[in-house]
Amino acid sequence: MSTTLFDKVWDSHVVRKIKDGPDVLFIDRHLIHEVTSPVAFLGLKSRNNTVLFSERTFATADHNTPTINQHLPVEDPLSANQLKALEENSAEYGISHWGLGHQKNGIVHVVGPENGITLPGATIVCGDSHTSTHGAFGAIAFGIGTSEVEMVLSSQCIMQPKPKKMRINITGELGFGVTPKDVALFIISKLTTSGATGYFVEYAGDVFKQMTMEGRMTVCNLSIEMGARGGIIAPDEKTFEYIKDRLYTPKGAAWDKAMDYWKTLTTDADAVFDKELTFDGSDIEPMITYGTNPGMGTGISQNIPKAEDVEGGVATYKKSLDYMGFAEGDTMIGKPVDYVFIGSCTNGRIEDFRAFASIVKGRKKADNITAWLVPGSHVVEAAIKEEGLLDIFTAAGFVLREPGCSACLAMNDDKVPAGKVAVSTSNRNFEGRQGPGSRTLLASPLVAAATAVTGVVTDPRTLL
Amino acid sequence: MAYDKFQILKSTAVPLPIENVDTDQIIPARFLKATERKGFGDNLFRDWRYNSDNTPKEQFILNNPIYKGKILVGGKNFGSGSSREHAAWAVYDYGFRCVVSSFFADIFRGNCLNIGVLPVQVSAGFLDKIFKAIEANPATELEIDLPKQTITLLATGAQESFEINDYKKQNMINGFDDIDYLTKMKAEIQEFAENRPF
Repeated sequence: MSTTLFDKVWDSHVVRKIKDGPDVLFIDRHLIHEVTSPVAFLGLKSRNNTVLFSERTFATADHNTPTINQHLPVEDPLSANQLKALEENSAEYGISHWGLGHQKNGIVHVVGPENGITLPGATIVCGDSHTSTHGAFGAIAFGIGTSEVEMVLSSQCIMQPKPKKMRINITGELGFGVTPKDVALFIISKLTTSGATGYFVEYAGDVFKQMTMEGRMTVCNLSIEMGARGGIIAPDEKTFEYIKDRLYTPKGAAWDKAMDYWKTLTTDADAVFDKELTFDGSDIEPMITYGTNPGMGTGISQNIPKAEDVEGGVATYKKSLDYMGFAEGDTMIGKPVDYVFIGSCTNGRIEDFRAFASIVKGRKKADNITAWLVPGSHVVEAAIKEEGLLDIFTAAGFVLREPGCSACLAMNDDKVPAGKVAVSTSNRNFEGRQGPGSRTLLASPLVAAATAVTGVVTDPRTLL
Repeated sequence: MAYDKFQILKSTAVPLPIENVDTDQIIPARFLKATERKGFGDNLFRDWRYNSDNTPKEQFILNNPIYKGKILVGGKNFGSGSSREHAAWAVYDYGFRCVVSSFFADIFRGNCLNIGVLPVQVSAGFLDKIFKAIEANPATELEIDLPKQTITLLATGAQESFEINDYKKQNMINGFDDIDYLTKMKAEIQEFAENRPF
């Protein structure tokens, strides 16, 4: 029988099927961070359980960490307490731990791929919804709650009903100035934030074949924003090239054996999906969001839609625009902006900083803009320096900060003040996401860069 | 963390007729810094419930004493966004045992089931009926019967059945959770792990 890539990976991890219930799914690799793991360890202890396979769990600190002066003690006592809990729990159970200041430290979804923790055909979970990022490698990867973190620690399994399958094809080629972030925001704007709920999405078509691994990660990362359990892209030569010789990637004979398996990870030609959608890549332009969920996005040259033209309740739509301080029919280009943030598990990789540099090179940061440039990891930070990007940023008046989740969710001090507008390369524009009262416009690193040098929402194609 | 048994719940309900309520609204990220599962109810819907000076926003539903009960009724696509289980903890800690909506985000639904909060998905029409009934009379009672998988508006007898898989249903009725189940599978899991390629 013909099967999909998703079926192949999922079915090979089912330890037990429960009649009229979930599957017991084996988890190859488990990532943990300081915010969603402490209560899981408490639960483990209270039940007198232990960690079943400590070598399958990897800890990194990222969510609440400061992005300046990481060599100093963390000032916020609550954050410091969570970081200490992660360190102590990792030590107690023999879990690899990349704490603040460690050269391998960074955002969990950036360091996983960098170190070969992320592999094709693997099941990967983390107490963070953007775990879907790792699907870029042909893995089944998704976010879980803290109860499930405890399940994985104690049994290396979780219990999940098998999701339905959707395939999204993007054919043709992307236009000038159009990036993977725009592809994702375009898809979400078409499907809405709940359009893929209950589904696992395979991305296919020429646009994804052409895309770099970093770009594929950005697209898979945002799968959750349309409600999908996760996204997956079939591994190919680019995938194998990326993972080869990384820290936890199989080596020697184990690599050869793994490659034999990985090459089987494709969707069969006549496999059937529960839902299939196709878009033309040339219809996508640089995107920007105008509302309070990632589905409220539009091509940057377009106007904000009228309430009667959008799906869903009019009251909810108007409440959203009121929060943003925008009106129906407004043009996005030229809107005043106060903050620009480049970083996060969505767009905090080297390719994103190259894109940012391509526009700010030889220009100057606008005076009205506060800019936060936050690399996804120390590895990304080092590459920014080695490639000379830091010199470009410095000459243009930008400062590079230290790695972490930062202003994506504003658990640390990187908060956008109430009423201020931020163009952000992160993943969520929910009310208060970047600080109480903050207003977020999600966009690509190119749009962020163009905005950072002009001080208003700017189409990057005019500066490239 | 095993939880209370859930069988039949009869209660008034708190209506929140807003769509796409995300978990950042249910509990903002700055309140996720605890290392224990305590006190999250105080920060449920924090920024909708309180002004920046911590005075209550009087127009928000949780600050209106007319509306109370163990059931929270939300608009379509409830619980989208972040996987933070803290959102489900906040709902539970505040005193809700059941959330009713016409559509739930996957992770939030799963998190609720894992801690003993019952997500009840109803049709858009029935949800509207509930909102209207509560608007007309805030003392309107709902009955959730888990063994029979029904939700009833007691004043009119209007009823709908809801879906839940039998495994989760038995768990909730008996107060068991997945960890209880998985712990008993350890030998089978260890054997499975030996055959994994990496």
